[in-house]
Amino acid sequence: MYQPELESMPRHELEALQLTRLKELLATVYERVPLYRKKFDSAGFNPMSLTSLADLRNVPFTVKDDMRSAYPFGMFAAPLRDIVRVHSSSGTTGQITVVGYTKGDIDRWADLMARTYVSAGATADDIVQVTYGYGLFTGGLGAHYGSERLGALTVPVSGGNTKRQVQILRDFGVTVLACTPSYAILIGETAKEMGVDPKELPLRVGVFGAEPWSENMRRQIEELLGITAIDIYGLSEVMGPGVAAECVHQHGLHVFEDHFLIEIIDSETLEAVPDGTYGEVVFTTLTKEGIPVIRYRTRDISRIIPEPCVCGRTFRRMERITGRTDDMLIIRGVNVFPSQIEQVLAGVPGVAPHFQVVLTKKGALDNVEVQVEVAADFAFDEVRELERLQRRVKGEIESALAVSVAVRLVEPKSIARSEGKAKRVVDLRDQQGGA
Amino acid sequence: MIQQLSVFLENSAGHLGELTRALGDASINMHALMVADTEEFGVARIIADEPHRAKEVLSAIGFSATLTPVTAVEVPNRPGGLADVLESLGNAGINIEYAYCFVEPRGECAIDVFKIDNDTAEQVLQDSGYRVLVPEDLYSPDAG
Repeated sequence: MYQPELESMPRHELEALQLTRLKELLATVYERVPLYRKKFDSAGFNPMSLTSLADLRNVPFTVKDDMRSAYPFGMFAAPLRDIVRVHSSSGTTGQITVVGYTKGDIDRWADLMARTYVSAGATADDIVQVTYGYGLFTGGLGAHYGSERLGALTVPVSGGNTKRQVQILRDFGVTVLACTPSYAILIGETAKEMGVDPKELPLRVGVFGAEPWSENMRRQIEELLGITAIDIYGLSEVMGPGVAAECVHQHGLHVFEDHFLIEIIDSETLEAVPDGTYGEVVFTTLTKEGIPVIRYRTRDISRIIPEPCVCGRTFRRMERITGRTDDMLIIRGVNVFPSQIEQVLAGVPGVAPHFQVVLTKKGALDNVEVQVEVAADFAFDEVRELERLQRRVKGEIESALAVSVAVRLVEPKSIARSEGKAKRVVDLRDQQGGA
Repeated sequence: MIQQLSVFLENSAGHLGELTRALGDASINMHALMVADTEEFGVARIIADEPHRAKEVLSAIGFSATLTPVTAVEVPNRPGGLADVLESLGNAGINIEYAYCFVEPRGECAIDVFKIDNDTAEQVLQDSGYRVLVPEDLYSPDAG
């Protein structure tokens, strides 16, 4: 453990710490963030009235739309002069959400990512290749600061140029790889094409996150690269990577509960569900200064694994993310909402706003086919007009989603509908033994 | 001009069959059928009786169908017949979007169908001595 005194703290001490921090936090956001003051007031919640962690159930939720409407800095709880960095979500729904970090936030984040590496089995003797993108995305810099904090040799490659990734992996004797799981597969396959057997390399641990993946895919990666593949979790609204991470036992992700309160709720009734039951994951940050969030609904679905872990950490574990409460897709690391496609199609004459997204794996990468119904009243009689239409639809979807897609025109009403609504997404990525 | 029925088809099994069965069930007779296709989809071009009704029949069961005005001429059914027509149009600088031919059962004449985006085309064909066909020559027209 990187901070054993905290990571293995007895539960009652941990809960006392959480309560102290939560009380302070609620008072701070009520005073400094108009959105929270308004929310609390209209819900009739007095932040001073909270006397136990169980009282958290009386506190209003925060949702993504709150953060959008506060764009760019409206939810910051610290003055801008104390903010030393911003990141933003990878969302492509038009409005990005911006999160700000104080010096203290950056410092704690580095600790939490250092914990993540240690939890994955890394030490200061490791050489860490950070292949998450550097920039507004939290992945690159988050993984970078944590690796430096640990004292590991940090190689800030960022994403892209897979052959160079392989070269560095081999030439530098890299032992820990931090990237998305799908990119890890691409790196492995590229290495093989280059005549490099990834299993012969010193690489031994992978720290993978930023997109949902499966046990199948873990086995595939471990086999391909000859490593231990560790699942990590985070989201920019809550902090970035370093909110939760698996330990070497690879059975659920320990939530760093001294800094984040986790709740699992029924997204219909909004009531907490018992430990072990699946529901929507909700986080409250306990120590963030720049942009704390109160009961932030992540839309990710998981459950708490209540049993203590043999590793000795007292932090409870959440199971790997099993789905979403909304229809958000993560395609090649980019967040995509089917409604975006619908909006594009509504603006293109000649097609109906009826479509189906079929997701498959082409090698390691997600392959997206969008099937679009031709409008019943579209006047055409030439193949090249259809080809023009197809190209236009493809171009507009790609520029809206920032993901390349294949478009297939299909006959009107040919996309199966249930209760009048078309099934928008057919995700075959799992069935192929991929993600 | 001739009203050609144009129908979008996915390139998958049974779709053309479904289309022709629907027209058959509605007692609509087809006189010519030509399919232009790519790997993924195609367009069926049909000369049929009662084209407006045919379009309604197909639209009602979910086909994307439209009527396209095309030009049809009668051409002697002999070698070089089509080449002569095309030459007349070419000499007048008229570009053809697409063309197809069929032979009437009597067999004396071939029917050449052209999609031409040029208002003077029919005049040019007439001036070159071709008989430009009216709907009644090919099918039983109906009102749209």
